[in-house]
Amino acid sequence: MTHDKTIVYPYIPNSAPQTKAEMLRATGAKGTDDFYEDVPEKLRLRRKLNLPNPLLSEAALERHVRELLDKNETAVTHLNFLGAGCYQHHVPAVCDEVNQRGEFLTAYAGEPYDDHGRFQALFEYCSMMGDLLNMDVVNVPIYDGFQAAATAVRMASRLTGRYEALLPRTIMPGKLSKIRDYCKTDTTIRLVDTDTKTGQMDLESLQELISEETGTVYFDNPSYFGIIETQGQAISDIAHEHGALCVVGADPISLGVLTPPADYGADIVCGDIQPLGIPMNYGGGLAGFIASHDDERVVMEYPSRLFGIAPTRVPGEYGFGDVAYERTSFAIREEGKEWVGTAAALWGITAGVYLALMGPQGMADIGQSIMARARYAAMQLNKIPGVQAPLFEAPHFKEFVVNFDQAGISVAEINEALLARGIFGGKDLSHEFPHLAQSALYCVTEIHTQADIDHLARTIQEVLER
Amino acid sequence: MKKQGLIKLGLIVNPAAGLGGAVGLKGSDGPAIQAEARALGARPKAQARTREALQELLPLRETLELVTYPGEMGEDIARECGFAPLVIGSIQAGQTTGTDTQEAARAMSELSVSLILFAGGDGTARDIYEAVGPSTAVPVLGIPAGVKIHSAVYATHPRSAGELARLLLEGRISRFREAEVVDIDEAALRQGVVSANLYGYLKIPFHRRLVQNMKSGSPTGEQTALHAIAQQVIDQMQPGRMLILGPGTTTRAISDRLGLTKTLIGVDVLLDRELIAADANEQQLLALLDHHPAQIVITPIGGQGYLFGRGNQQISPAVIRRTGIENILVISTPQKIVTLGGRPFLVDSGDTAVDQLLAGYIRVITGYNEQVIYKVNFLALQHFS
Amino acid sequence: MNSTITQQRYTNGKPNLRRFHQARWDEEIIYELNRPGQRGLLVPEVEEGIEAEVGDILATLPPAMRREEPPALPEIAQPQVVRHYFRLSQENLGADLNIDVGQGTCTMKHSPKINERLIRSPQVTAVHPLQDESTTQGILELMYRFEQILKEISGMDRFSLQPAAGSAAIYTNVAIIRAYHAARGELDQRDEVITTIFSHPSNAACAKTAGFKVITLYPDENGYPDLEALKAAVSQRTAALLITNPEDIGVFNPHIEEFVRIVHEAGGLCSYDQANANGILGITRARDAGFDLCHFNLHKTFSTPHGCGGPAAGASGVSAELARFLPTPTVEFDGERYYLDHDRPDSIGKMSPFYGVTPNIVRAYAWVMALGADGLREVAETAVLNNNYLLHKMLQIPGISAPYAPGKRRIEQVRYSWQELYEETGVHSEELGIRAADFGLHYWTSHHPFVVPEPNTLEPTESYTKEDLDEYAAVLAHIAEEARSNPERVKTAPHNSTVHSIDHEPLDDPAQWAVTWRAYLRKHRIES
Repeated sequence: MTHDKTIVYPYIPNSAPQTKAEMLRATGAKGTDDFYEDVPEKLRLRRKLNLPNPLLSEAALERHVRELLDKNETAVTHLNFLGAGCYQHHVPAVCDEVNQRGEFLTAYAGEPYDDHGRFQALFEYCSMMGDLLNMDVVNVPIYDGFQAAATAVRMASRLTGRYEALLPRTIMPGKLSKIRDYCKTDTTIRLVDTDTKTGQMDLESLQELISEETGTVYFDNPSYFGIIETQGQAISDIAHEHGALCVVGADPISLGVLTPPADYGADIVCGDIQPLGIPMNYGGGLAGFIASHDDERVVMEYPSRLFGIAPTRVPGEYGFGDVAYERTSFAIREEGKEWVGTAAALWGITAGVYLALMGPQGMADIGQSIMARARYAAMQLNKIPGVQAPLFEAPHFKEFVVNFDQAGISVAEINEALLARGIFGGKDLSHEFPHLAQSALYCVTEIHTQADIDHLARTIQEVLER
Repeated sequence: MKKQGLIKLGLIVNPAAGLGGAVGLKGSDGPAIQAEARALGARPKAQARTREALQELLPLRETLELVTYPGEMGEDIARECGFAPLVIGSIQAGQTTGTDTQEAARAMSELSVSLILFAGGDGTARDIYEAVGPSTAVPVLGIPAGVKIHSAVYATHPRSAGELARLLLEGRISRFREAEVVDIDEAALRQGVVSANLYGYLKIPFHRRLVQNMKSGSPTGEQTALHAIAQQVIDQMQPGRMLILGPGTTTRAISDRLGLTKTLIGVDVLLDRELIAADANEQQLLALLDHHPAQIVITPIGGQGYLFGRGNQQISPAVIRRTGIENILVISTPQKIVTLGGRPFLVDSGDTAVDQLLAGYIRVITGYNEQVIYKVNFLALQHFS
Repeated sequence: MNSTITQQRYTNGKPNLRRFHQARWDEEIIYELNRPGQRGLLVPEVEEGIEAEVGDILATLPPAMRREEPPALPEIAQPQVVRHYFRLSQENLGADLNIDVGQGTCTMKHSPKINERLIRSPQVTAVHPLQDESTTQGILELMYRFEQILKEISGMDRFSLQPAAGSAAIYTNVAIIRAYHAARGELDQRDEVITTIFSHPSNAACAKTAGFKVITLYPDENGYPDLEALKAAVSQRTAALLITNPEDIGVFNPHIEEFVRIVHEAGGLCSYDQANANGILGITRARDAGFDLCHFNLHKTFSTPHGCGGPAAGASGVSAELARFLPTPTVEFDGERYYLDHDRPDSIGKMSPFYGVTPNIVRAYAWVMALGADGLREVAETAVLNNNYLLHKMLQIPGISAPYAPGKRRIEQVRYSWQELYEETGVHSEELGIRAADFGLHYWTSHHPFVVPEPNTLEPTESYTKEDLDEYAAVLAHIAEEARSNPERVKTAPHNSTVHSIDHEPLDDPAQWAVTWRAYLRKHRIES
């Protein structure tokens, strides 16, 4: 083994030799090896780990990582129309300011005394989401919208005692895969057809499939294809008539203008709060929410933390803590209620800041702005010969399917050409849903100006004319 | 804070409790043992322990009516702590017995006290049970003052007892749980023989922050565990195979789930979801075993985790042999296992051969699809301190 | 003059206890800042050109789908929002501010600030996961390189960075185990998973969620996982052993290899929960002990900040034989370019919508690159030295003990017990912990149930100085002494914190609990 000169690491204060020696003396150990006496020699790694040479100076480290990351193109340098579960909305500067404060960033599981700020910020996030959703109970965020949906389905199974869930056939395939895996042990998933014209749920198919075995009827609103499901009340009525619960996946940024699912009968609402002040982060900025009415039986089924407000010994002072900490389940097979772990709290605080900045009017404005821009984009694309947009005849929120069959070109080719011209075209759906043939999922938000959209349309037109 | 005039708190001190321990005697029931202990120089701890508890209640002095028995059974220490108690009943100083405890408790219950706070040991708990059990009416709480307390009606520390009492009387506690009163044969124990029986259950206050007091989980947490365990046992029942249910609330949960009643401190027999024998004795069990195979379902009793003690007259070694060791199902809430603090379950059936077969490691059902592997020792291996 | 101040901060060469007071703003709930008409942010207005073509977009919605009343969010101007949240942040004791050794098992180490700068680059924040891979070579390469690093640290053959946290990684491992046995037609037979009471509770919980029966082993009298108990638990029904090592009490299982052998012989797999890896980096590896799977918590060992409870990140590692079951997609390199492999027929599917918690992967990578092999070794050895030094200081406090492993050293954390102090004074560990808040410190007891009575779990990590550890021990010694001499002060704590003692009872009462402000107003019949 080579002898390495002693390095003192900035992150490791006691690597200074003098301190080390003092502390060893205090413990009576001859060397740090003494502390590993329980590790059998056979399991001791007696060689150095074969890792890249360290970048000891911060300057070198920064340079290296930046050089790596500079190989990325971004939505700053390119015009981005991708959505499908990760969205480019404006991230308010105040959101970044709050979530990079060290007090929040580096806190964890302190008591509601020393970490009162965290509890209050999360309680406020849950409260504001409650306003948005028109529901009284919202959880502290979990990993992402997929987990939220899968968990919500299992909660519904436990609540009804019926282990079958009906989902739309055109649900996002990744989400379906997650729900299938997560529910593998107990809940059967069956798929309901969607109307070929509108893309909305086919109520006849629903009526056919639903039975006394069904515990959950689930749909996303807007759907994977960006379609606004306008039959929500009918769907939840059908579900309730059969003793099933209605679970809806919602996009929180749409709820300033769209009716909250609770108002058309949803029992549990779930989704992802990434649009609320969290950057795209290459898909690594997700956080899931689950919400319901304040029904004791339902509350008891949440596998995530719920923070409640409580009085302290000083009148007028707010304190917080875990609600129903030792939560029970009334359906015995699942009395473990899944698990509770570190998830996505800081994003919850961020989303709370977002909602506080926006207020009621801001949420109404942004919903309208997004819908108008998306509609405008669809209209412009539709004018291009060979392009059909939107493919489905229904109201859309921020995403819509664009079909290129008549233009005789594949989505892959279009996207390649768009990329060369500095545009990220919509997600290619041809593999996920072959029956849609050459279709792509375009996402337009409040950050797309009219000029951006016109540029997209012109560029596509150019590409097709080649 | 509830405004309800003066709140009544009952206080009973067993002056002889804790007498034996300091001088190496086990327990202190009976005048003979007490005399021996005093001769050895023992001083009772009950008064000092009670003082620690009462100090927690001083803030409530103005709104509290402390009801207690004369002299060394509560009046003295109450006055010493600054209370002005209502003294009821009469005693013969220096010669108090369990009967006095029972009369005191009965009288206090009739006066509708909000809580009976008592200082003593297992014997005292049994006396309280005799007077005001089973667990429906007045809540009780024990201040530990005995040698080694097996009954779960005691707080783990006198201060905690006082604090729990105060919270209850302030109206800040609304939940209760059932706690075991255990019957330990002290004489047998002095001979190194374990003889533990479930005597009954009493209602004690529960507070989340002080949950460690009672060495157990919350009522809701425990309820869930009981439901889950019961469901698991029911799911593995076989047609034509009896379930011989030992005493305890854990086994009672099985009967509950099937809509049947259960003899809480006795042995019931179920067959194909029906109750075929209640509070059965050994003879009845053996007779039934002539006709059907069985599973014995038992739960550890008392703070020492006894699976089979010689006090279990019903589930005797003969019954165990006839059923088959492999057909013994042990069930327990996780909370109860934790209270053992790492000590193994104990068996002392009276038949060493049977004990040896049971010793080692055993599977314990602790929930639905949840089990624990736990150690079982038999008496010859066990040293009592 | 200055020297007088300095001198008065010390008594007999030791620093006096800190006269800490946490920020107490008595800050309203945000709804109480509501002032009708105020705005915190304005949204880009729809251009005339768009409006002309689109018309009244909301009118295209059926009335039932159109939100009638705007959501009842508070209306607040921007400076007031900033002030409110900054005040709340001041009322929060992040690891950046306190000697955070009291959150044992959480590995509260320093999160280097350079990493914060890096993750806020547009090359991370403004990248969409579905971009053409030619435009994301940077992040793909980083993820690939980080996987190689984890492989070397653990000895495993492949990793997935997709799980969003430690428990998600455990679940991923359990799903892989399930798929493995299913592929061999043995899943019906193998329905039991074995774990230990001192492993992280998520091991049991995730196994149960995935449909397994869980068998929990209790330790032997020295606190080590009980080999005889394992033998009693193992059978043809065993699917896997899920075990944390070192366990949460801080001891390394010297028979870990034997554990693996016994389970393998019975046909089960072994998964190593490496939540407690901080003390053994470069010392011993999962694969060398024979494990088939392992997982790391990037927000523990690998320094990513805890974010008040996330976002976190988990990494699931597997042997070559199990690689085919990894979540989809994996990150691959063909010699020229990096790419995502979605074509994995045996995969357990997607554990997350995309590829992992990117900012945390970047932070973790940068952390390792700053340290290298020698640095990681230094991390482990210093963490262990710090822990044993703190152990030595803590055991000098009357009333505390370190149960189990008598006379033995610990690895990176210790679970202490205040049982002696409790028996003496009636003061609980939780109460001591709350009093610690009065000195600017955190303190955690243990997972439930409290197997160790009156527990206190401390994990110093490598980020603290000797003086930090001395201060922490001095505070606990002081509080322990207070429990004897002035227990009321302890029992009525906190005194110097943001709020005072909280009444938790309403939180368990359905008629009173309120998870949102609207529920609170409704249940307490308050006019808003």
